[in-house]
Amino acid sequence: MSQTIHIRTASQENRIRPLPSSQKNHRIFTPGEEVIKAAHTNFVRGHGTYEDDGDLKASVAGVKEQVNKLISVRPLKSRYNGQVGEVLVGRISEVQQKKWKVETNSRLDSLLQLSSVNLPGGELRRRSIEDQHMMRQYLQEGDLISAEVQSVFTDGTLSLHTRSLRYGKLGQGILVKVLPLLIKKCKIHFHNLPFGVSLILGNNGYVFIGPPINDKEGNEGGFVQNLEEVVPKETREAMARVRNCILALAKNFRMLFDTSIVFAYEESLKYNVHELLLPEAMVDVAVLTQQRLSMLENYESH
Amino acid sequence: MSAKQQLINKIGLRLDGRRANELRRIRCKMGVFSQPDGSAYIEQGLTKVLAAVYGPHQTRNKQKAQHDACIINTQFSMAVFSTTDRKKRPRGDRKSIELSVLLQQALSAVIETDLYPFSQIDVYVEVLHADGGIYAACVNAATLAIIDAGIPIKEYICACTASLANDDVPMLDISHQEEILGGPTLTITALPMSEKIVLMEMSQRFHLDHLPKVLDKALEGCKDIKEILDEAVKDHVSKIGSATGWANASS
Repeated sequence: MSQTIHIRTASQENRIRPLPSSQKNHRIFTPGEEVIKAAHTNFVRGHGTYEDDGDLKASVAGVKEQVNKLISVRPLKSRYNGQVGEVLVGRISEVQQKKWKVETNSRLDSLLQLSSVNLPGGELRRRSIEDQHMMRQYLQEGDLISAEVQSVFTDGTLSLHTRSLRYGKLGQGILVKVLPLLIKKCKIHFHNLPFGVSLILGNNGYVFIGPPINDKEGNEGGFVQNLEEVVPKETREAMARVRNCILALAKNFRMLFDTSIVFAYEESLKYNVHELLLPEAMVDVAVLTQQRLSMLENYESH
Repeated sequence: MSAKQQLINKIGLRLDGRRANELRRIRCKMGVFSQPDGSAYIEQGLTKVLAAVYGPHQTRNKQKAQHDACIINTQFSMAVFSTTDRKKRPRGDRKSIELSVLLQQALSAVIETDLYPFSQIDVYVEVLHADGGIYAACVNAATLAIIDAGIPIKEYICACTASLANDDVPMLDISHQEEILGGPTLTITALPMSEKIVLMEMSQRFHLDHLPKVLDKALEGCKDIKEILDEAVKDHVSKIGSATGWANASS
């Protein structure tokens, strides 16, 4: 059995340089730095800042954001801060009375109420005691779900719902965890990619890659999980390639959305799936993707 | 002639060729791991430390959860190969536990814990190579990792060591060799911008008259370190920002 062994030295080669086109001048604030001097008293303190002797100081490293009088400093990297309507992928961590606890990469575990899921058999029906006893049969610890943020409580806990056929338990597939900031906020977070892979880009940085979804089949969007079905090899290979492409983009801090992933997939075709895990290949794919994206941007702006 | 008096030679150089008020070379890197929320690596001379921060996340221990603040959990450990003689265990010995507690106290002075009720922040530091000023390097690494994790802090928290050479001259950033050769080592953890001292620790005693000047020197060192860390943070943030095209910044 012969195996290629890749040896490389520490070099700048496999590190990415920022593209000149994306260079805008942003003032970066670091913790303790004054954002506004005492002279200006006409402001409202936002996230990532604190007041000290009338001065407004930054408490995180990031860029300033101003909405009228509200001044906040947003850190680039942080735990996921949920907003109503965002799509999440999460994992059930606990089954409680009338609710599930879901791990969603946010500060506190999110809640999925029994009353905010679509139970099999009828859209609208009262949740009975039997349903409470059956909860573990619908979703148990370790199950992966897609859901939407329904509301945010005062302490920051997210309340989720799966009251749509799109949401529910996820079956066979791959979960990739990336930084939440890399997920571009789009109208659609569920994608069926042209090469036979379905993709859920959770706003919380959890990306789920699965086999293509057939809409004709009558998507139950509930709690069925078909683990018997054998996914064909080509589909599995495509899924693995998508995973490696996402890792390549994420490692180089490139934004993830449908176009960037399709471009990365196309650029990656010259490599074998497993070769995509090499740092050189990752940088190569990320750079080529970025170039195609900026070409697209230029084309659209003209 | 005791060894103490040779710490600074006639032309004012120390054993490793530094002057009395010079720090060792500091190199740092943020975001070295992908799994934790924040991570950092720092080298101060030959002292090398890795730090990883998880959180804020739901407390694992329900009893410990506080309704008005988050708990800070720190773990200090030294790799078994970090010192000249191989250590038996990397953590759990008396010294490690003490340093964990000191680190926890230092960090709770700056982290805005009241923003995160029912939460927990885990800070893990690991010394890869010990060459004097271990605790100082750990604090500096933890600061970088916390900033990388996007956890709000009042300001940078830096630590630095200082000592007294030739019974007269205060000197900065003590290496392991100088620690052994004598001289009391003063470790301070400070907030360099507001010049507040959070923690102060001494390995031996010296005359009280010397304290102010050694303390001043150490504080100066903290300020210098802060400048270096600040540059690294800005560099790191602008690197991520420009790679993502500041997509989330302008929205």
